[in-house]
Amino acid sequence: MTTPEATVNVPSLEVSGLAFAYPDGHQALFGVDLTVGRGERVALLGPNGAGKTTLVLHLNGILEGGAGSVKVAGLPVAKKNLAEIRRRVGIVFQDPDDQLFMPTVREDVAFGPAASGLRGAELEERVMGALAQVGMAEYADRPPHHLSFGQRRRVAVATVLSMSPEILVLDEPSSNLDPASRRELADVLRGLDVTVLMVTHDLPYALELCGRSVILSDGVIAADGPTAEVLSDGALMHAHRLELPFGFDPLSTGASRERAGA
Amino acid sequence: MGAGHSHRLYRHGHSPVHELPPHCKLAAVFLFVVVVVSTPREAMWAFALYAVLLAVVAGAARIPAGYLLKRLLIEIPFVAFAVLMPFVVPGEQVHVLGLALSENGLWGAWNVLAKGTLGVAASVILASTTELRALLLGLQRLKLPPLLVQIASFMIRYGDVITDEMRRMSIARRSRGFEARGVRSWGVLAKSAGALFIRSYERGERVHLAMVSRGYAGSMPVIDEVTATRAQWTRAAALPVTALAVCLLGWTL
Amino acid sequence: MHVPDGFINAPVSAVTGVVAAAAVAVSLRGARRELGGPSHALSSGGEKTAPLAGLVAAFIFAVQMLNFPVAAGTSGHLLGGALAAILVGPYTGVLCVSVVLLMQGILFADGGLTALGVNITDMAITTTVVAYVLFRTLVKVLPRTRRSVTAASFVAALVSVPAAALVFTAIYALGGTTDVPIGKVLTAMVGVHLLIGIGEAAITALTVGAVLAVRPDLVHGARGLTAPLKLRVGGELVDAPAAAPAPARTGSTRKVWGFGIVTALLLAGFVSFYASASPDGLEKVAHDKGIDTKTTQHASSDSPLADYSVKDIGDARLAGGLAGVIGVGVTVAVGSGVFWAVRRRRGADTPERTPEAV
Repeated sequence: MTTPEATVNVPSLEVSGLAFAYPDGHQALFGVDLTVGRGERVALLGPNGAGKTTLVLHLNGILEGGAGSVKVAGLPVAKKNLAEIRRRVGIVFQDPDDQLFMPTVREDVAFGPAASGLRGAELEERVMGALAQVGMAEYADRPPHHLSFGQRRRVAVATVLSMSPEILVLDEPSSNLDPASRRELADVLRGLDVTVLMVTHDLPYALELCGRSVILSDGVIAADGPTAEVLSDGALMHAHRLELPFGFDPLSTGASRERAGA
Repeated sequence: MGAGHSHRLYRHGHSPVHELPPHCKLAAVFLFVVVVVSTPREAMWAFALYAVLLAVVAGAARIPAGYLLKRLLIEIPFVAFAVLMPFVVPGEQVHVLGLALSENGLWGAWNVLAKGTLGVAASVILASTTELRALLLGLQRLKLPPLLVQIASFMIRYGDVITDEMRRMSIARRSRGFEARGVRSWGVLAKSAGALFIRSYERGERVHLAMVSRGYAGSMPVIDEVTATRAQWTRAAALPVTALAVCLLGWTL
Repeated sequence: MHVPDGFINAPVSAVTGVVAAAAVAVSLRGARRELGGPSHALSSGGEKTAPLAGLVAAFIFAVQMLNFPVAAGTSGHLLGGALAAILVGPYTGVLCVSVVLLMQGILFADGGLTALGVNITDMAITTTVVAYVLFRTLVKVLPRTRRSVTAASFVAALVSVPAAALVFTAIYALGGTTDVPIGKVLTAMVGVHLLIGIGEAAITALTVGAVLAVRPDLVHGARGLTAPLKLRVGGELVDAPAAAPAPARTGSTRKVWGFGIVTALLLAGFVSFYASASPDGLEKVAHDKGIDTKTTQHASSDSPLADYSVKDIGDARLAGGLAGVIGVGVTVAVGSGVFWAVRRRRGADTPERTPEAV
């Protein structure tokens, strides 16, 4: 965050010409170009199998070896920068059971900062701060598998917030949440002051939280624009297997767009 | 029988035994069993004393006798084996109730039964008074290779998750009318096992991604540490030291 | 087969403990290489070991509870050593099974704490090493098809179980506290475990086949096969500049393989010959003595009840002959396994940090 190259004009995320195939031969990305400015909240939409998760895994150098490049706040994702990249990019995975691998909530949230060398009171402060941000401070000493799904999702968000990331990447944040948990998470996300890239099938959620949306389809970016415009383009939506929930009209919910405006 | 079912193995409580640091308890139990195993089988009274020692510990830990005895059932296969021994082992025969029993075999049976039972009882007391998580910390403290402790801790964390997945697959099979009967159903079951492996492995990969995403580079950051005072070590040492005295007496008398 | 405290005397338990500790230490290093995985990840391999091996251990633990019905209400279950070795490699296999045994000993009092060395030596080390050496040699010899991999899994699992019984018998001969004659222990152990081995082999082969059909890249013994990257430019697919290809796993020591191939062939020949020579006898013993007689969790196929209570196996010569053949095989397998491990360590080790310093 305070590194010299991280100035205001440098976008949080720059992806160019990214292509990738899995070792089993399946190719998921065919040249992705995407830029996300500092402080923007962007929704990444697309049908199943479009390569969304694959793209996400390139953002912090989990996957590489294909063509193209990724830069986070100007810093290229490369082997020598990995530690710094992973501190800057906070990924919240879809299944909180994958993300919460430590025996207690507190240890799990502490994992990232502790791995970067934080200890003692400073660590404790960071952990409790992150838990407070998602409203889970009183669950610090519980084992993760005793929490509800919504609570686990929020703890998962805390695990990356504790690292003070440059960009928060959420993979299907609203999946499997009941309506109340879904709203609580939205409140948490709206209150954060970081760049957000949100992979989702939940189009109303995208409209509510993100001013801008991009569609990833067949491994390339097929559309990029203000969320309300993207969602109201019937032909575009249909071409990429995207469908609005029954009775939902993105243009009549303009109020939420104003609120989410980046 | 899931690895993560701490609630079934662990009996919550606040006894002096519960409060001992886990690595002290682990070391005490291990040394105790070593002493028991090294005791000559002819010193029958020594084994009785060991049993009394364990009973005292169990009493201090407020473990009900019934619970302890039930957990001892895990030994049954070996009890059955011990019962057979007097009939299988050659050597001098003694006649009891018209049965020809080998004296050597009787000794062998006694030896395996006594030592095995004491070992199981000691382990049961350990597992009943120590939380899983504490056991792992204790193993780490006892200088078990950290990677091994990490593997064990992931096994414990995800044992339940994987067992649950297996159960759901079984429900899905049965819901579609599959009944596991005879060798012909092995193909289907093995496919489930294969799928379970793929799911486990893929989850392992996802967990790994989540870990490296947060800066993991091969070793777990130290977040919690267990420590023991001299007094706690002394208290834990009481069991193996007393047992050692008994054992030495057993060799000399 | 979970040996309790007091069954093997203290000195021999201590020696096996040292053997087990050494093997686990070697495996900790080896597993880092095995689980390094394909090179598309930037992260170096070592970091992957803990979560992957932990999850595989959880899998082994779970799959041991999956009941395979045999007949008339009886069922057996997988022991998993061979399966682990084939799916994730021998080092990881040894680690996973050892961790399962350790946790079973501490948490469930299943297997004595002082007998941990014995249990690890015969159930974790012997099964995985024997199975893996056999599996790799067979895969090298047979044509590169899925069927060969499945067949190799079958043979590897089949031999690995009686091999473990043989090692147990050897340990028993050295330090058994009871006076059951070695001959009887040998025939009973190897005989019964040959039967269990058939079940283990069938399940292992079927399971490996199932994994192979869906994610062939996950079967340690059958890796490779990647297609070139494409770029979608205006709807057309064009080749992308190639990235560095994944380094192929190369068999490092031809001599060992040559040696192993001969052994494997001999073994396979003998085993299949004898197994098919008297199927009735084998089936009968299976039925009488029970591969897994009761439905209780622990009186299962690996229960000592089944292992030791058999007094006369139908054909003592058969069992004895087999034991001899397997004995030779095990010696060669373990020997070349160690040789192979040492060679690989020398070749591949980098002077990196070793947080697992014992």
